[in-house]
Formats: sequence, C-alpha cells, structure tokens
Amino acid sequence: MRKAPLLEAMGLTRRYAMRRGFLGRPVEVRAVDGVSLTLERGRTLGLVGESGCGKSTTGRLVLGLEMPDAGSVAFEGQPMPAPGTPPWRAMRARMQMVFQDPLGALDRRMAIGAQIAEPLEIHGIGARRAERMERVAALLRDVGLRPDQAVRYPHELSGGQRQRAVLARALATDPALLVCDEPISALDVSIQAQVMNLLVELQSRLGTAILFVSHDLRAVRQVSHRVAVMYLGRIVEEGEPDAVLHDPAHPYAQALVSAIPHPGRGQRRILLQGDPPNPADRPSGCAFHPRCPVAVAICAKEDPMLKPRPGDGRRVACHVAQGEVPAPSVGRSAAGLNRPAQISKAA
Amino acid sequence: MSGIALPIGLVDGRKRRRRWPLLVLAAMAWLGLMLGIAVLADAVAPYAYTALDLRNRLAAPGATWLHPLGTDELGRDVLSRLIFSIRMSLLIAFGATIIGALIGTALGVLAAHFRGFVEQVVMALVDFSASLPFLILALAVLAFFGNSLTLFICLLGLHAWERYARIARGLVISAGAQGYAAAVRQLGASPWRIYGRHVLPNIASTLIVSMTLAFPEIILLESGLSFLGLGVQPPETSLGAMVGYGREYLTRAPWILLSPAVVIVLTTFSVSVLGDWLRDRLDPTLH
Repeated sequence: MRKAPLLEAMGLTRRYAMRRGFLGRPVEVRAVDGVSLTLERGRTLGLVGESGCGKSTTGRLVLGLEMPDAGSVAFEGQPMPAPGTPPWRAMRARMQMVFQDPLGALDRRMAIGAQIAEPLEIHGIGARRAERMERVAALLRDVGLRPDQAVRYPHELSGGQRQRAVLARALATDPALLVCDEPISALDVSIQAQVMNLLVELQSRLGTAILFVSHDLRAVRQVSHRVAVMYLGRIVEEGEPDAVLHDPAHPYAQALVSAIPHPGRGQRRILLQGDPPNPADRPSGCAFHPRCPVAVAICAKEDPMLKPRPGDGRRVACHVAQGEVPAPSVGRSAAGLNRPAQISKAA
Repeated sequence: MSGIALPIGLVDGRKRRRRWPLLVLAAMAWLGLMLGIAVLADAVAPYAYTALDLRNRLAAPGATWLHPLGTDELGRDVLSRLIFSIRMSLLIAFGATIIGALIGTALGVLAAHFRGFVEQVVMALVDFSASLPFLILALAVLAFFGNSLTLFICLLGLHAWERYARIARGLVISAGAQGYAAAVRQLGASPWRIYGRHVLPNIASTLIVSMTLAFPEIILLESGLSFLGLGVQPPETSLGAMVGYGREYLTRAPWILLSPAVVIVLTTFSVSVLGDWLRDRLDPTLH
C-alpha cells in the first residue's frame, strides 16, 4: 500500500467579501478557487503566478492558518484542525512558514537567539535552558550565522541575515513541511542566491518538504521538483520544472516564461493583451480567454479542467493545449503549441 | 560574512556605558525622596498632622524654629502636614494610575483579541465612560457608598481607563496585522505568550507615556475632589486638600498653599520626565 503523501489538498476554495466604494454591495472574490495539490516528503513544489493570483492564500490554507470555504487539507493523512485550537497549535511543530519580510516577521524587541528558542519553548523541546541554547547555536550554524550573533537584535542584522534567522526559527522544531511565501523577494539579488542555495542544502540534509511560493520563475526552477502555475485562483499547469518552464503548454505559462529576460537570445516576448484579471469579475469559461492569444469560441463558454494532456501526460487546463479544439493559428498542432499565434517582437 | 558585516560601532555598542541625563537623575532623586518620605512619614514628621500649636497660629516659615515651613490657621505644622499629605497623595495617585492602566489595558486587549461582540461591549463602555462627566460619577458613587480611601482610589482608577482601553485596542489590532504577531501565532504560541511576550512589550512604550500623562491628572483630580469635600476627608490630609483649604488664606498666609503646590508641580514633572526616558530605554532600536 502506498503511504499517504505528506500534504494533500483537495479542491481548496477561499472567498473574501469585498465592498466597492462606501455604499457598494459586497462582491464575492474567490481568491483561491478549487486548488488541489499534493506534496511528497522531502520534495519541493513551486507555486508561481502573478501577484493577486492566490499563491499566498494557497500557502496559508495549506498551513491551516485560514480555513478554506470548501475543500480540505490533509497533513500526514490527518485532517487539518481549526486554527487556534490546541491540536492545531501542536501541529505547528510539524509545519512552519518563512515570510516575505524578515524584519516584519521578527519581534524587534527580542534578540534573535531568544526568538529562535521560542518554538522550542512552545513545543516543549529541550528540557533545560542550556539544552535549548545548544540547539539554538546549532540552528544558527545550520543557516550560516555565528552562534555569538544570538544576542543581536533584528535591526542589527542585514536583510539576508534576518531571513536566515527566520529560517532558523522555522527549522527549530524540525518540521516536515516548510511553506516559503516569497522568501527572497525582499532580498538583494546576490543574497537571494545564497538563501536559495541554503534552502536546497537544508532540504537535502533534513528532508523537509517545501512549498515555495514565488513570482520569480528562475528561483522556482532552481529549487523545485514540481511546478504549478496559478492564474486567478486556479492551477492552470503543473509538471516538472524543466518541462513547464522550458516548454510551457498553457498560453499563460508561455507568456510568463517568455517574460524571463535571456541575454543573447532573441528577445521574443509574448505581450499579453487586455487588462490584468479582476478576481471579483471572473470571465466566463476559461478565466484567461480575454487575454489569451489562441482563444477560440469554446474558451469563453466552457471551463477547462486540469487534467493530463494526451501527448505527454502533463497536467494543463486549456482546451487548445489539450488538443480538444484546433489551434487558431496556421496548421499548428495543439500539442506542440510552442509559439502561439501572436508574438510581438519587443523592441 | 565575518568581519565586514559588523561595523565597529555595533560591536562596542553592547558594552557602551549608559550615560544618564542630568534631568532624569534629578527626577529620579526627587521621586525617590518623595517615596522615602511617604514610607517613613511617621518617623520623619516632627509633629502629628493634627497636633495644634495655638500660640503659633499662621506663623510664617522661619518665624520660629519650631515650625520651619510655618503653621496654618489652627497652628498645625505645615511640614508635618505636607509629609503626611505626600504619603496620601502618592498612594492615591500611584494606586489609581495602576488600577486604571490595568483595567483599561486588559479590556482593550480583550476587545482586540475577541473582536465582534466583546469588542462592541467594551467600546460601548468606553464611549459611556468618556461621555459621562467624571465629577457626576464621583458624586453619585460617593453619595451611595460613602467615602473610604479604598473606594476613592478605585474611583479615581476609573478616571482614565477608557484612554488605555482605546490605545491598547488600537495598538493590539495593528500589532496583529504586523508580521511578528502572526509569525509567533503560527509557531503555535498560546494567546498568553503572544500578548505577554510580544505584543504588550511592543506597545508598552505608548501605554507608559499615557500613564505618565494620567498621573499628574489624577493628582489634580484628587485635589479638585478634596477641595469639593468629596475626596480626602479632614482630619486626613492630602496635597490637594491642603491647597484647597489653604486657598482661604492665600493673601495672608500663602505658605500653607505654596508648599504643597510646589510638591505637586515637581512630582508630576518628575514623573513625566521619567516616563519619557523610560519609553526610550524600553525600545532596543533606540539605543
């Protein structure tokens, strides 16, 4: 019998009520709309998409920081308890979060050593104080800080060092799952590489599963074993990072990937038409069809399902990429949809 | 990663000697003196505060060696009365300030933690308390329950609680939206730990400043109530009562009123200076 995956989320939906204007009627916004994902032990799933597509909300739902309006999260085969309850709190030792803004995530009145020791105190790890301090020193060394930096306050550290401290705190209880919510976007480019290398190294040593939420495609490619592309609260494509990020099947993923600048290569970028999506006013059918360069009539009517593509089995939610309808371009097979119809040559 | 990232100033900063501002030292010395006098009042006072010396009524300071700060209209020694008044006023002011801060902060934190119905109830109480003239409340309470020192302190404690409640609620809500509280919550911390170890220390500076503002107010309020005959009852005495009763002799014997007035001014000023300094000291980012 196959062991249950570490994390299994089924059909997660999260709605928010949004009010337009002072007296406007509340409008329902579906930040996350039926997202399912699984994560095996010791693996990394990259979650990419533009801002506002529901990546971070998915991360929070998976951690149980918020309750989904529909759908369920199972962690190590157990359903997620309600936030704030004692079983939920006990579960925090197994799953941790790394935040985007390390300065905001640290208490600026406490030395980082005391903050890294906090999860140990909360979850009763290490009976004596000396034992915990030893663990803190080991954690600091693990993330590339010096043990004597434990007495420093967050404002005395650089951005990269702060993120390392946040990482050390997240790893203190030896969690099985780490959700990294844009962990590098607040850092300098040189520091980003260091932090990502650190993540990969720690994962190989500790066997932690990581849900890596980011809008940085190259970062995701570097750390992930699988990649899921989100658009307007849904996963539109999922697969191996090399496949998805080299040869994307979904037109939205193609547009995303073409936006990565490549030095020395022909600057052929797909410029998306139309406005960025408004989650309160979701287009009918495929949510991407108003901006899609290869949209056909059915795209405005029927919602595409996320399912394996006939050719290579990659999971993609697109009528055209699935080959259900012929691509509108000149005699191009849908499965080999590499260059969509409208390619503008960027200046 | 090693030496480059650490400017020398930062390394030394940890062992940098603390230079105490002169004004803060003076304020501390004054408050220490006041506390010492309050504790040792029985030993320090040359006379009992009710002792009469009818031959030396309304004696000016320095007129006789017996009464260095003069006497009042009944020949009671002003210095002795001042010493016992300091004890009474400090007890009332510290007691009431602490009661008000505790009640207000607790209710404010509760409102921010539970939101919803609890918050509405607390906020309704706050608005009620803020819109009710305190003097009327004081009159009603003292008329119904009689006057006792404990009741009087508790009553004054209710004077400024709504301010702490409002401040605490606002600050806790905004702290909850900030990263550090959310981060500690997702570590699995209990609400006690989140509020006690993280949120309250972070918002304490504002509350402390507000306490140092309320302290002088309470001393003055006590004076006002005593003056109206609602506060400390004769023969007990307090700084406010001394000012109140000394008012009648303002032109003929100003020393009766001036010495407690000077003590009030210096004490409230010292508390303000000390509070401001404490606020800065409690913030590690300002070192």
